Amino acid sequence: MSNTTDLPPQTSFKLSMLINDTRYRSLTFQFIALLGLCFFIAWLISNAVVNLENLGQDISYRFLGNPAGYDINQQPISFSSQDTHLRAAFVGVLNTLIVAFLGCITATILGVFAGVLRLSNNWVVSKLMAVYVEAFRNVPVLIWILIIFSIMTVSLPGPRSFRGDNATATMLFDAFAFTNRGVYVPAPVWGSGSLIVVLTFVLSVIAMIAYRRYATKVLYDTGRLLPTLWPSIAIFFLPTILMFFIMGRPIGLDYPELRGFNFQGGIQVRGSLIALWFALSLYTGAFIAENVRAGIMAISKGQTEAAGALGLRPNRIMNLVILPQALRIIIPPLISQYLNLTKNSSLAIAVGYMDVTGTLGGITLNQTGRAIEAVLLLMLFYLLISLGISAIMNVYNNAVKLKER
Amino acid sequence: MSDTNANSTVAFVRHDTIPEREPPLGERGLIKWLRENLFSSVTNGVLTVLSLWAIYLILAASLPWLLNGIWDAPSIRDCRTILDGARGGCFAVLTERWNQLLFGFQYPSDQYWRPTLAFILLFVAFAPVMFYKLPRKLLIMTAVYPFLGYWLIWGGSIWVPVFAAGGFVAGYMVYRQFITRSFAIAFFGAIVGAFVFWWIADFITPVLANLIPIELEFVKSRQVGGFMLNMILGVVCLSLALPLGIILALGRQSSMPIIKWICVVFIEFVRGVPLITLLFVANVVLAYFLPPEANFDLVVRVIIMITLFAAAYIAEVIRGGLAALPTGQYEAADSLGLDYPQSMRLIILPQALKISIPGIVNVAVGLFKDTTLVSVISMFDLVGMIRGPILSSTDWNGVYWELFGFAALLFFIMCYGISQYSQWLERQLATDHR
Repeated sequence: MSNTTDLPPQTSFKLSMLINDTRYRSLTFQFIALLGLCFFIAWLISNAVVNLENLGQDISYRFLGNPAGYDINQQPISFSSQDTHLRAAFVGVLNTLIVAFLGCITATILGVFAGVLRLSNNWVVSKLMAVYVEAFRNVPVLIWILIIFSIMTVSLPGPRSFRGDNATATMLFDAFAFTNRGVYVPAPVWGSGSLIVVLTFVLSVIAMIAYRRYATKVLYDTGRLLPTLWPSIAIFFLPTILMFFIMGRPIGLDYPELRGFNFQGGIQVRGSLIALWFALSLYTGAFIAENVRAGIMAISKGQTEAAGALGLRPNRIMNLVILPQALRIIIPPLISQYLNLTKNSSLAIAVGYMDVTGTLGGITLNQTGRAIEAVLLLMLFYLLISLGISAIMNVYNNAVKLKER
Repeated sequence: MSDTNANSTVAFVRHDTIPEREPPLGERGLIKWLRENLFSSVTNGVLTVLSLWAIYLILAASLPWLLNGIWDAPSIRDCRTILDGARGGCFAVLTERWNQLLFGFQYPSDQYWRPTLAFILLFVAFAPVMFYKLPRKLLIMTAVYPFLGYWLIWGGSIWVPVFAAGGFVAGYMVYRQFITRSFAIAFFGAIVGAFVFWWIADFITPVLANLIPIELEFVKSRQVGGFMLNMILGVVCLSLALPLGIILALGRQSSMPIIKWICVVFIEFVRGVPLITLLFVANVVLAYFLPPEANFDLVVRVIIMITLFAAAYIAEVIRGGLAALPTGQYEAADSLGLDYPQSMRLIILPQALKISIPGIVNVAVGLFKDTTLVSVISMFDLVGMIRGPILSSTDWNGVYWELFGFAALLFFIMCYGISQYSQWLERQLATDHR
């Protein structure tokens, strides 16, 4: 018996074995799939070649070097209509990143607040948050963008209403003007020596983080609790304020002022940016709120009770026991919400915010007629962003996740 | 000890219990509820007051607008005349443009009964799928609905959808014939059978359409619009994306590296780009890659792209379901001697799909909301109708809140309804006894 083997008899290879023998069948299937894919792609490409030939077009990216010939209303870097399409696309990319960055921050803050408050034992607050979450989760973000955009452009007063003795609108604190052409906020003016103030600020932030780390280390090593809140606030504010006055107040503010038909000075934040930013934050915030709520609820009540039995106070239970565990559950869906927000920012095209979809995928595409090239570049950009964000967040996720074996 | 009572020095012994007293005022009724739920601490009290104030602000702004609204006026100027400076919404735009909002502005107005009927039948068709306690015979309606719905909305000769359905029936017959032999033979046989049937039907249809002309007025895809277009895109794309998503999910879980990587690349690519870029592809790029003689209209191209988009998301949801199944289930299926199609059909997928239902419903709600994006490529769905023909008409230029509010409400009702249904279904399907 011992010399029998499990190997099948060594017969010669037959063609039918490609289908009937499990050793070769998967190879056959994969070969067929690969062949089918190649044929499909070849079919697409041959169609494209024929179609392009019929239309007398070719595929080339040379149009990126031509002058764009259009203006962009929000320019993080200088741009004129004489600049190239490539630079226009780059301005669009920056605008996308601006709104995505602002949106992610506000959406996180909103979401965490709404998620925690929805679990509050305060009936009115939790119901109010439930209404917020359901209202924003169940209505398309495009409709919210359009609603907020019409608030910005229709309901707010024109700059003219700020004029004269019987003006119908007034500026908030004489510094912020909410007009239908956008919101005007004071712009910082950097005088000489402001660099030192900024450096001091950066250093004090680093010092604050270092202090908090030190406090945690002391807590873990000796069990001694160092005060963190007040020292952090002090380290955060005091050196910068001191340096500000020592250097003779180098940073001033340029207030917007009504001159002629419009406001001059300050920073003009366009209604389209605000509509997009707020709508995306509120919409994504509602989703994040649900993730946060799910994360906190997933921590079993025994954890809270055990921490309470050890004599911890409620906010310490939250900070030291619940949140660190909840974060692990919250972060993966949070990453995909950030990605969703970035992808949804392409809806900017609906309100005329010149993000990369508006420049490269909108005006450049329409002007040059280079549909394949422009859409391909656009997709490539969003793919890179998506992969980038998920890579960064995965690093963070790995840092906080439960270390098992 | 028996005379304890008699000789006791205790002056008074109660023999009956005292009637229960009501709890103190602070511990019962409304006051207790208020104290526990609204003012349990200073922070809570502040929060309560703040949120009550917020609710007051919202209601004060919206109630007069809602209650004082004008429902019957021919244009916004008449609305303003009637209101005479008072605050109030001009909801007359909804009544006046009701049909345009629902059906678009090009659908023949004497045919509105057709999409309406199709909409009502949609619920009949979905009912047996959604509520498994309903009689199973209703599933016939579900099977017939795709062809009936197509015929009702687009019209044309009835023989086109009839023979299209016939092809599926023929395919199913072939499948039944061969399923005992092998799944692969049955599956590919069914495809061949269906195509042979359609090939033959292609010759018969025009003849039959002349002999027995049962037909509705033909409506071009371009003429379909309004909320109807959102519904069509949502329902069609979801139904097509579900099987495609299952195939992609199985492919991604497959042990064959080439098939796995094809699926992974497709899924990650589609999930990495926004839907808008895919709609751009449908609008301006896809035509390049299709044969020059093929003349797909925009609606079909958009349906293709949204289906691919939704399929990638559904595939990820189902992959989660597949991964959540204990390995024992796979091994048990193998040890019973089932081959791969059998074990998937009979053991794995029924369980995996059940776990995936909440996720699939999430994707469905997201997909339905995303159908509004087609307004960006100048299709006239509900949002496109509002932004295009209605807001730019001289009669209703400036009626923003009423229109967008209506659109938001419509989507809210649909999406909230779907998510409530999914929660109900989850409770129904919870077979783990916790």
